[in-house]
Amino acid sequence: MLQPLEGSQAIAHAVALCRPQVVAAYPITPQTHIVENISKLVADGQFECEFVSVESEFSAASVVLGAAMAGSRAYTASASQGIFLMYEVLFNISGLRVPLVMTCANRAVSSPLSIWNDQQDSMSVRDAGWIQLYCADNQEAVDATVQAFRIAERCELPVMVCMDGFTLTHTLEGIDIPEQNQVDNFLPPYHFSRTLDPKNPISVGTLISPDFYSEARHSHHQALLQAQDEIIAADRDWAKVVGRESGGLLTIEGDPDAKVAILSIGSVIGTLRASLEHFAPTTPVKLIKLRSFRPFPVKALMTICQGLTDLIVLERAISPGSAGGIVGLEVLAALTKMENTPRIHNVAAGLGGRDIPLDIVPRLLNILTAENYQEFSIFDVELDRLPPEDR
Amino acid sequence: MSTHINITDLRQQQPRFRGLESGHRACLGCGEALAARLVTEAAGPDVMVANATGCLEIFTTPWPESAWRIPWLHSLFENAGAIASGMEAALKAQKKSTKVLAFGGDGGTFDIGFQALSGMLERGHNVLYVCFDNEAYMNTGIQRSSSTPHAAMTTTSPPGKTRMGKRHLKKDIVSIVAAHHIPYAATSSVAYPSDIRKKVRRAMAIDGPTFLQIHCPCPLGWGHEGDESIEIARLAVQTGLYPMIELERGGLAGAMPLRHPKPVTDYLKQQQRFRHLFNDDLRAKEELEHIQAIADHNIEIYGLHGAGRDAFDSEGMDTVRRGGLRWA
Repeated sequence: MLQPLEGSQAIAHAVALCRPQVVAAYPITPQTHIVENISKLVADGQFECEFVSVESEFSAASVVLGAAMAGSRAYTASASQGIFLMYEVLFNISGLRVPLVMTCANRAVSSPLSIWNDQQDSMSVRDAGWIQLYCADNQEAVDATVQAFRIAERCELPVMVCMDGFTLTHTLEGIDIPEQNQVDNFLPPYHFSRTLDPKNPISVGTLISPDFYSEARHSHHQALLQAQDEIIAADRDWAKVVGRESGGLLTIEGDPDAKVAILSIGSVIGTLRASLEHFAPTTPVKLIKLRSFRPFPVKALMTICQGLTDLIVLERAISPGSAGGIVGLEVLAALTKMENTPRIHNVAAGLGGRDIPLDIVPRLLNILTAENYQEFSIFDVELDRLPPEDR
Repeated sequence: MSTHINITDLRQQQPRFRGLESGHRACLGCGEALAARLVTEAAGPDVMVANATGCLEIFTTPWPESAWRIPWLHSLFENAGAIASGMEAALKAQKKSTKVLAFGGDGGTFDIGFQALSGMLERGHNVLYVCFDNEAYMNTGIQRSSSTPHAAMTTTSPPGKTRMGKRHLKKDIVSIVAAHHIPYAATSSVAYPSDIRKKVRRAMAIDGPTFLQIHCPCPLGWGHEGDESIEIARLAVQTGLYPMIELERGGLAGAMPLRHPKPVTDYLKQQQRFRHLFNDDLRAKEELEHIQAIADHNIEIYGLHGAGRDAFDSEGMDTVRRGGLRWA
């Protein structure tokens, strides 16, 4: 049944349905409503868990790590600076191969200080060894949260569910919150093979010499690559329960004969769909919604990009000083293996919460006919507002 | 009749449980290794440890070996307090009685892990946090921490033309911890094993956050022979430089009396880290006076002057007493 819920409220309900025994979080905009709603559910007796109000995000990540190692399902949420304060713990969690779920309410990073949405935070921790799923709308975020616990616990890898701050977290939509028995049937009770137990003491987090370190890293890498199957399976199996898919690793929609595609990630997919409805493009266009950024679905992407001449990659983060954006370079690297690699136009937009306009699609398509091919540009930058040397 | 023998059960039924086994790679005379063994022996097998990065973590667990007989997790340097909080929250949710211990050195407790420790204390987690205080960053090669005593030489507080070792005072961590008004905070020393056992057992019986700071000589970092560790640790107590105190809910609840307070030079002169204080330099003389003043201050504020012979004072504790306490 559809209920009018704010994104954060819906996530709080979804988390409660997954029955984590420990939740630890520190407030940060735009994640705050998630932890506030969880706190209220706990206070009202609707959600039985140890809610640990920590003194920093660093401790939030550490508390859930300790809890998961001690045998409890655990959850945390953060954003932006909070994700960065967790940086060291994020690598530690994934390296220890501990199953955890975190919601990242995507937000720009300081400096300059911005509390508004882009995806620089989660994109900057892409090498932390976590699975990263990006959500196009709040229903997807609810479904991804439930799926994330199963994926994490089956793969023994942490999962970051990324949802755009404000655009999703603070937006009211009609959301279908699953029934408790549906979640219980889908998600078995928490089990972790290396749970600490006085009856069978083990030592975890030991010093490792150069003789073994490479093997540990290789295993971690392989585990992430192999997690692609679990991500697909979780989405498929959850669809059997609730009757809707979130799009596995990635999905493609639009005119099947189109030679041009726009690839994006997160809630901007919704803007692109609306733009296509409002402004019928002069050339047929496909939309590619990338859901799993880590693991990066190289093969799946190559398959769906067959026959494309141009691929516009629209993203909300950059890697300053590199050849372009973060998703763009990743796509470029993946598609070089194709026989006929499409021309890739990498565009960053909507940084620090700048609105992405409804006429985004026709404006993006202008790039295709521009005189000079530009590998990368910030779409909506107003150069005349900058001093000449910065243009 | 066949009897099923379970090695795990058998081990746990040993009259003397050992949480930290021999075979680890600590230096000769390491105070921390001894203290960790004493703490885990007294705490017993039904525990779970969150260990901060440091010597203790490194020398006990070179993969694939481990010297621990208790469930043990090393995550990072500065999060032992938070990891322990998470473990405790999980065990509480699972309605288990296993006690969580957190182990950190002075760097991981006084400095980098201080915030996580404070959070753990404030939230009232049922955790015994043990700080193995060897007064510098020994694992990285003897750098000063906020626990390093005044005037001590480390590689980042070297004496020279313009310096006499560490310029600042040792942080009074136990008072800061006690200011969280936790049920129990105490200091102890590896030179007094029975005192460690007593205080660990006391802390284990409390449902709430407790803190134990144990003075652990580091022969390499302090500059003394490995077989002098216990003697030097005893002198730290007997001079008044390392008061052995207990604090309940922030108030002083006990202190080990000093039978005959010794001059601080007895303690300092045995360690290379203070050798620059023993020359004709006027500044050296001033520093020695300064350190003596610190000891005198401790003796005064904690009331460490003993009232005569006492089996549990700085001379009587942990000495061999044939015939019981009669000759104490």
